[in-house]
Amino acid sequence: MTITAEITAKGVYYQYSASGDLALSNINLTIKPGEFVAIIGPNGSGKSTLAKLFNGLFLPTKGNIFVDGLNTKDEANIWKIRQKAGMVFQNPDNQIVATIVEEDVAFGPENLGIPPKEIRQRIDEALRTVELTEFANKAPHLLSGGQKQRVAIAGILAMKPDCIILDEPTAMLDPVGRKEVISTVQKLNRQEGKTVILITHFMQEAVCADRVLVMEKGKIVMEGKPSEIFSQVEELKKHGLDVPQVTELAYLLSKDNVPLRKDILTVDEMVDCLCQLM
Amino acid sequence: MSIDVRNVTHIYMPNTPFESIAIKDVNWTINDGDFWGLIGHTGSGKSTLIQHLNGLLKPTSGEIIIDGKNIHSKEVSLKAIRQKVGLVFQYPEHQLFEETVEQDVAFGPRNMGLPDEEISKRVKEALELVGLPYEQIKDKSPFELSGGQMRRVAIAGVLAMKPKILILDEPTAGLDPRGRDEILEEIINLKKNQNLTVILVSHSMEDIAKIVDKLAVMYKGQMVSQGTPREIFKDYQGLVEKGLGIPQVTELMIKLKAKGKNVSTDILTVEEAREEILKHIRGKGLA
Repeated sequence: MTITAEITAKGVYYQYSASGDLALSNINLTIKPGEFVAIIGPNGSGKSTLAKLFNGLFLPTKGNIFVDGLNTKDEANIWKIRQKAGMVFQNPDNQIVATIVEEDVAFGPENLGIPPKEIRQRIDEALRTVELTEFANKAPHLLSGGQKQRVAIAGILAMKPDCIILDEPTAMLDPVGRKEVISTVQKLNRQEGKTVILITHFMQEAVCADRVLVMEKGKIVMEGKPSEIFSQVEELKKHGLDVPQVTELAYLLSKDNVPLRKDILTVDEMVDCLCQLM
Repeated sequence: MSIDVRNVTHIYMPNTPFESIAIKDVNWTINDGDFWGLIGHTGSGKSTLIQHLNGLLKPTSGEIIIDGKNIHSKEVSLKAIRQKVGLVFQYPEHQLFEETVEQDVAFGPRNMGLPDEEISKRVKEALELVGLPYEQIKDKSPFELSGGQMRRVAIAGVLAMKPKILILDEPTAGLDPRGRDEILEEIINLKKNQNLTVILVSHSMEDIAKIVDKLAVMYKGQMVSQGTPREIFKDYQGLVEKGLGIPQVTELMIKLKAKGKNVSTDILTVEEAREEILKHIRGKGLA
């Protein structure tokens, strides 16, 4: 069997305790190399559980996860897998270990036993990518929330992963911090060719992805391009989700017989469409 | 009940190499029945400021006056202040610790030394207020609930002390859209039905625009502006420079205006945007 996909889930089930409900149930999924996938869904729908299966932090109760062809259940693969698929979590303060930004970024590659000279190169490159070069010698606690989260991303980049999994990376950030992190994530995907898996409760962030997965009660219930998913306003609301404000506005206006596309996802698209009508 | 923040400065670890000024010369008056939103970039001093409002932190200089008295003067009991000014921290569900929901919500009123009968009455009321059915939930472990439910239990724990002022620090962070809307709905109802004064700290400009009456903006430890959401959100560029933003629909109207369309930019919600756009399109006979 040849595996061409970066990450594959085959018949995956996950249960936290033998008596508990299934956190994930029959997940089948392929995430292609270089793809940007957003996962949305209510709290408790299994998004974070799935993310933790992707780099072997959790192992499937039933079924298998393959990362670049390596089964996460095979203990011999686990460090290779963690190096291929790095994770960024919600709270930047919990992920930063050092007292100087560049030392924090060095933590991962140091643990991989990379020679010092190469570590130096990797730090410089990672900080350049997240645009924090001038902060290399600063103390992380002096940075803004968005900057700290970008330090966490640089720390992952320095391990040279193929795939970056971000679990609600903007939940604790202010609006500008959220934008910084999302534009960094887009850059990693488009310019660096990284596979990106982004879990978020902010619908306008999911709009940037190539594909959106909607989870509910441990299952994938909707899947498609952002324009396909977010044009189904009523269906999404049924799942406890919502749509960006401009998409909702386009939906309401089309109900008022204004000839507008239903799959408008960004402010700029809406401005263009409305300018033709007004 | 009113709170007067007068020239308050707070310095963490003063006279050490780690000294840092968290808030500087803040003045703020919260009147009885007000509904305030407090916004500001991460690290702008919002959380430090609100911890002064119930005496958890003492100003390095300046005064917190509640009902005419400096709360750090000898005649004022801080315990009584903390019952009247209820503070719900960020991620309050991390503070749940009891075996059952009922015991957890009862913790505050029990510490107030209330009789058992009164405690159980308050627990019941508080849970109903946050939309949790008492009978079904009281014996459950708080840890088997969903994120949104846990957060509501934590808020009920504060409400059971019957505060006059309720301060919520990012009550919707990390919640899904439905959980977020439910919590906001409950805050609006509490405000209305319990005659509470409410201060809501949030990073969501959309939420803030929808529900608060007045808005205070913090930037680098200073309070830089106060006004109605309409007044504050007019300054798009200024807010972005301060790490903040405006609701997506407000941005839309500003961009339409910049393209030469004669629309009002004084728009805060999807519904308002819909009406404004319809007015212009219908004027052209298109819909």
